[in-house]
Amino acid sequence: MAAPYEAIVIGGGHNGLVCAAYLARAGKRVLVLEQRDRIGGAAVSEQLFPGFTFSVFSYVVSLLRPEIIRDLELPRHGLHVLPLESTLTPLPNGDYLAQWNDHDQNRRELARHSLRDAEAYDEFGRLMHLMSRAIKPILGMPPPDPASLLPRDLMGMGRLGKYFRDLGAERFHALHKLLTMSSADYLDEWFETEALKATKSASGIIGALLGPRSPGSAYVLLHHYMGELDGVFRAWGFAKGGNGSVSTAIAAAAMSFGATIRTNAPVSQVLIKNGRAVGVVLNDGEELRAPITISGADPRRTFMQFVGAQHLPNELVDGIRRFRFRGTSAKVNLALSEAPNFTCMPGVGAHLRGAISISPSVDYLERAYDDAKYGEFSRRPYMDIILPSMIDPGMAPPGQHVMSIFAQYAPYDLKGGWTDAKRAAFGDTVIDTLSEYAPNLKTSILHRQVITPPDIERMIGLTEGNIFQGELSLQQMFFLRPIPAWARYATPIEGLYQCGAGTHPGGGVMGASGRNAALTILGKMK
Amino acid sequence: MILKPTPFHPRTSVLCESHAWRRWSGYLAASSYELSHEREYHSIRNAAALFDITPLYKYRVQGRDAARLLDRVVTRNVARTKVGDVLYTPWCDHRGKVLDDGTVARLGEQLFRLTSADPNLRWLEDCAHGLDVDIDDVSEQVAALALQGPTARAILMQLTDGGLEGLKFFRLTATSIRGMPVEISRTGYTGDLGFEIWMQAEHALAIWDALIEVGANYGMAPAGMFALDVARIEAGLMLIDVDYVSARKALIESQLSSPFELDLAWTVNTDKPSFVGKEALVAEQARGPAWQFVGVVVDWDSFERLYLAVGLAPRVPIPAWRMSVPIFSGGEQAGYATSGGWSPLLKKYIALAHLQSKWAAPGTSLEMELTVEHRRKRAIVTVVKKPFFNPARKRT
Repeated sequence: MAAPYEAIVIGGGHNGLVCAAYLARAGKRVLVLEQRDRIGGAAVSEQLFPGFTFSVFSYVVSLLRPEIIRDLELPRHGLHVLPLESTLTPLPNGDYLAQWNDHDQNRRELARHSLRDAEAYDEFGRLMHLMSRAIKPILGMPPPDPASLLPRDLMGMGRLGKYFRDLGAERFHALHKLLTMSSADYLDEWFETEALKATKSASGIIGALLGPRSPGSAYVLLHHYMGELDGVFRAWGFAKGGNGSVSTAIAAAAMSFGATIRTNAPVSQVLIKNGRAVGVVLNDGEELRAPITISGADPRRTFMQFVGAQHLPNELVDGIRRFRFRGTSAKVNLALSEAPNFTCMPGVGAHLRGAISISPSVDYLERAYDDAKYGEFSRRPYMDIILPSMIDPGMAPPGQHVMSIFAQYAPYDLKGGWTDAKRAAFGDTVIDTLSEYAPNLKTSILHRQVITPPDIERMIGLTEGNIFQGELSLQQMFFLRPIPAWARYATPIEGLYQCGAGTHPGGGVMGASGRNAALTILGKMK
Repeated sequence: MILKPTPFHPRTSVLCESHAWRRWSGYLAASSYELSHEREYHSIRNAAALFDITPLYKYRVQGRDAARLLDRVVTRNVARTKVGDVLYTPWCDHRGKVLDDGTVARLGEQLFRLTSADPNLRWLEDCAHGLDVDIDDVSEQVAALALQGPTARAILMQLTDGGLEGLKFFRLTATSIRGMPVEISRTGYTGDLGFEIWMQAEHALAIWDALIEVGANYGMAPAGMFALDVARIEAGLMLIDVDYVSARKALIESQLSSPFELDLAWTVNTDKPSFVGKEALVAEQARGPAWQFVGVVVDWDSFERLYLAVGLAPRVPIPAWRMSVPIFSGGEQAGYATSGGWSPLLKKYIALAHLQSKWAAPGTSLEMELTVEHRRKRAIVTVVKKPFFNPARKRT
């Protein structure tokens, strides 16, 4: 009897859904299994408090690949990405630095801080544009391993080699710097305004246990620019309805192609017969079979929990043990009775429709990291804040607001471990710090949710609460993600594949891992 | 206001009946004051037109090595200038590709003012390493007006206490208007007799009022960017971001231009000991530029025929256009025009064009793309030497 499904995808996060959608689009019978009562993984919208909708975990769309938006016709399936066009950095002295989307407005504001920086900004933007164009093709391909002599790797390297030669000296040198420097050092070469350097360098530390002065953090800056590159697709912004809308749009696309999605279906293990994956077993013992199983879970859960070390070669087990998760990011979600009133820019205005970044100086961020380095949460955390209800009025009752605070650092391995009291203390720290800039915040809080890395792990299964399914650091990228021999979505278990952000090119609600995995699998199914 | 008003805004905003504003370097600039720019254009050629040119970037360069710095940056020879000289000049990056163009005015032995279209403070500072020179961005402190047209001199002579009568083309004099100090240079962007008046921002309104008062007797009109655009095309003067892409912004090789490719060979002084881009420019001078920046005139008969064929009278572009229009030689693309429009004075449809050198000789006949009633057509154009219009009064 033929199995009813040709492929089973473990995990209904956005990558699992993207993978399923591409397989279904190619005519394959696909089943997606999601442990929770809702799909989305880290891209979910939930009503935690009556009338207030929260993007509980991930909260912006920045890198969702335009080809996925196109191929899966996501706008037709309900995705509406609204612009998020400014970044406000309030400063302790009562001033602020704002970055606006409009060139003239932005230049004028930067010139207030430094005429040189106002000029450097455009040139920096141009170089980053060129660099992200240089990197972009690499995101869409399974990464070739430079140490491998396999024809596919040699060909891949040959293509990459030609590609890098064609970059020209200016871009090649810049790429080398981006790959080797810290974001603070790299930005020092360009700018003199502390708040500008700090706010820009912050995109180099998100999700990693790295500070702005840690080497390698510069590369992650590029990821920030890649979203802007495909600006015509408005891939950078806020998804109407919260980030859960990204997942529901992808799920709707997948179902329109015939995929089946089951929620409340937690997988306990991958079923292995004669060294081959033949399906999965759910927590309640139900067995589901398919010739191909694809895990959207992170590498540690996939291999150590669903497969088990006994089925795996030693070097893979070692590699997974060394693969660094070290979640450091927390989320504080607030329901507010009124909009926050920032001392530096009072009232309600355009600045509340963009991001607000608590990153007054590079030293501030580095000190926040110092705390985490020694196992404490930051006493003065870095924060990236948005007010979804300022952009999409459907997120909160009229006149009231939801606030999404991404806060760092809150290390998974907190000294003495995380407790309810420590979670509350971290929440207080975040709110106290932010209240210094927006004094009405404390009295307007109707509801508060604090999510630490262990909470992320417990709620949606991301190991150590790492939001990218493993640090996006250079030693874990490209052909090293998650480990060298198995960086092309396949695994040593025949019939088992990976499609999560723990594979190349990594996290950030890109969907690229899911798409690349699907294309790899379809190539083999032919 | 998010866009900056210039110091003249209290006056210009009242006069701007069209409410047609545009941006210029983050400032509000009037596109036209009246509902149509036509009378404003004719003021330039017939009487005088008053333009608010404050949005230009202005840098004060001062110190023992001021001339040395500018000679390191620009392609013309600054050391050889005398106090009161003004130079029009481009400047390049190390590849000899144009970054920007503007004027250098020698206000004193060790004091210069550089004007530019884009911000250049960082570039100037970076080129000044090791030099004894101070660079100040005085863009906001210095307000500027251009008074252009045949009656411009007469108006200014009514208002100033001398220095205007004998002021030669591209010379500058320090004088005063009703007691307020100004510098007046015989420069402009219209290719006509004209002057630019540089003043402290706090005197802007009083000087504007004085000019309006006296200018009224000489047919003077405030004029906006639409009128200026027509005049500068007639004068064959290029505009950054329209006719060329700054090497600072170019994303690909083919977007870059050298001074030779922009018809600015005359500004490249390779006798100077060294300046940014010299090596590349010397090499290019030896081999000749691949592209040239020329004028083209649309052949009227071929143009008219395209319209007659669909039953229409020919329709000329009254406001000048700014876009890239392909130019062909038979089956090959010879280049592209970047600005064009109807010259009300010359009664010709003219355009500024980049052509590959083999097609750039004056007299060459080519075809320019046009859209006539939704269909792509080609009109015959002839390559001509710039400028299209060059009255004797500009220099005498």
